Amino acid sequence: MIVAEDYETVADSRRSHPAQRVLVLALIGVLLLLPLWVYPVLLMKLMCFALFASAFNLLLGYGGLLSFGHAAFFGGAAYVTAHALKVWEINPEFAILTGVGAALGLGLVIGLLAVRRQGIYFAMVTLALSQMFYFFCLQAPFTHGEDGIQGFSRGKLFGIVDLADSTTLYYFVAAMFVASLFAIWRIVHSPFGMILQAVRENEQRAISLGYSVQRYKLGAFVMSAGFAGLAGSLKALLFQFATLTDVNWHMSGEVILMTLLGGIGSIAGPIVGAGLVVTLQNHLATSGFPVTTVLGATFIVCVLLFRRGIVGELRHRLPAWRRK
Amino acid sequence: MTMILGMPLPVLTGQLLIGLINGSFYALLSLGLAVIFGLLRVVNFAHGAFYMLGAFTAWMLGQYLGIGFWGALLLAPLIVGLVGAVVERTMLRRLYDLDHLYGLLFTFGLALLLEGLFQHVYGASGKPFSAPEAMKGVVRTDFVTVPIYRGWVVIASLVLCLGTWALIEKTKIGAYLRAATEDATLVQAFGVNVPLLLTLTYAFGCALAGIAGVLAAPVFQVSPTMGSNLIIIIFAVVVVGGMGSILGAIATGYLLGIVEGLTKVFYPEAANIAIFIIMAVVLMLRPAGLFGKEY
Repeated sequence: MIVAEDYETVADSRRSHPAQRVLVLALIGVLLLLPLWVYPVLLMKLMCFALFASAFNLLLGYGGLLSFGHAAFFGGAAYVTAHALKVWEINPEFAILTGVGAALGLGLVIGLLAVRRQGIYFAMVTLALSQMFYFFCLQAPFTHGEDGIQGFSRGKLFGIVDLADSTTLYYFVAAMFVASLFAIWRIVHSPFGMILQAVRENEQRAISLGYSVQRYKLGAFVMSAGFAGLAGSLKALLFQFATLTDVNWHMSGEVILMTLLGGIGSIAGPIVGAGLVVTLQNHLATSGFPVTTVLGATFIVCVLLFRRGIVGELRHRLPAWRRK
Repeated sequence: MTMILGMPLPVLTGQLLIGLINGSFYALLSLGLAVIFGLLRVVNFAHGAFYMLGAFTAWMLGQYLGIGFWGALLLAPLIVGLVGAVVERTMLRRLYDLDHLYGLLFTFGLALLLEGLFQHVYGASGKPFSAPEAMKGVVRTDFVTVPIYRGWVVIASLVLCLGTWALIEKTKIGAYLRAATEDATLVQAFGVNVPLLLTLTYAFGCALAGIAGVLAAPVFQVSPTMGSNLIIIIFAVVVVGGMGSILGAIATGYLLGIVEGLTKVFYPEAANIAIFIIMAVVLMLRPAGLFGKEY
């Protein structure tokens, strides 16, 4: 078992506390106003990675499944979206849908194989299969190898709204981000999410209760892949390129670190973690300090000293934050 | 010229030899992983990094101290093993009581740390490392051309693999190790120093990766990323073979190396992914792996 957070029941989770609602609305308000002070491109990058980490957390935090291959969905969707925008020249909303569709398909294939094994084997299988996908991307002509896909325009959303302007794009990305997080929150607190957590806690017992455990795992895997794909598609749209970096295993490692650092198994954790890791990378990129080494060291410190992650530790240390 | 399946024989045997050499490294590394996992229940993601560390230590010994190949072959694994022992004593030890995934995550961080450090200091490009003078020639026969060094690598790794197997299956310390794998608490109750055994096992596994690194240094170049590319393939090998058996790990390593070599002859585009495809097929047909028992 990897980290146990709070337990709750369906009835519990359906009821959202008024204070929580106010907090969420306030945060959305901040999100709307933030580009007035902060560079929107940085904010969008943060949202893409926060969404990626949240998608990953859906699988690890609630399903208890550690995937070492999420870069395949993130990078794969980025490639497909970039290709759709550049070669097929379709509207961005369709390009994103195509990207997410590709991630879902890939998630289904990899998931079908991976859920046949558990624990560490699951991690190794996902890593190996995503590396296979990496080699595919390296050789397939449409990805343009080391160059990647670049030099396309973002196009017009629904054929009307031009996304070339970064403020316009910001509100589009923010809308997708909030909607996705809401969807993840709903999934986690749905009966499906409850059973998923039951499987995480005690697989044997879930089986004996008559649940088809493999199907729940696969369902979580595919959904997680889909959201990771959405994050990748948005990133491709934002930076107007898709490269091998996005499908590399380092990317799978980064998303694990984001989730671990922020806190596994909470909605806020991965967002905080992604924010920290992306900010750290931005700072290190200009300092000449080796990024990989720092990330590796952060990993080690996280695993040894605070496995609950930042949000998890805060919740644990501050009793007022604990759910009543 | 003799032809087999439409291929000239020397081409076929040449690729077979390359496959055998790759297979030697797969076998040595998956063996180390299996030994460590058997006792510690840790999937050592840093195994590739220790392999790289072995190669780099050999290169540094030559560069800064003028120690040749044979000296490095002896010293580098000792140094790598020592590093492994320190890692186990100071950090890895704390994770034994937790979910096995934390061991994987910790060693993943360690791998990133080591790889990043060497890349920062020595750059991403490969460093040449030459084979000992006595082994520079080639042996030619009608149907195969074998560079002496490469032939030696195959034999050395075979000896190391079988030696490790004998050490674990036939000696007293091996018996302790197997017993501790079954029930560590009981073995400790009999007065065996199990924590020390754990440290030694981890150090031994890392040293095996270190030897593989030194052996690999003249064949491939010495570069910071040489290990991380390999470890993913090793994971696939381990998934195919299962980590339950020492001989299984060795056999699967050689087998997949050879299959990969043959793929290069018949369908070169798929050579990179041949092992992963085999893994996928094995997962469909025999989810527990060829020699596996599920933990």
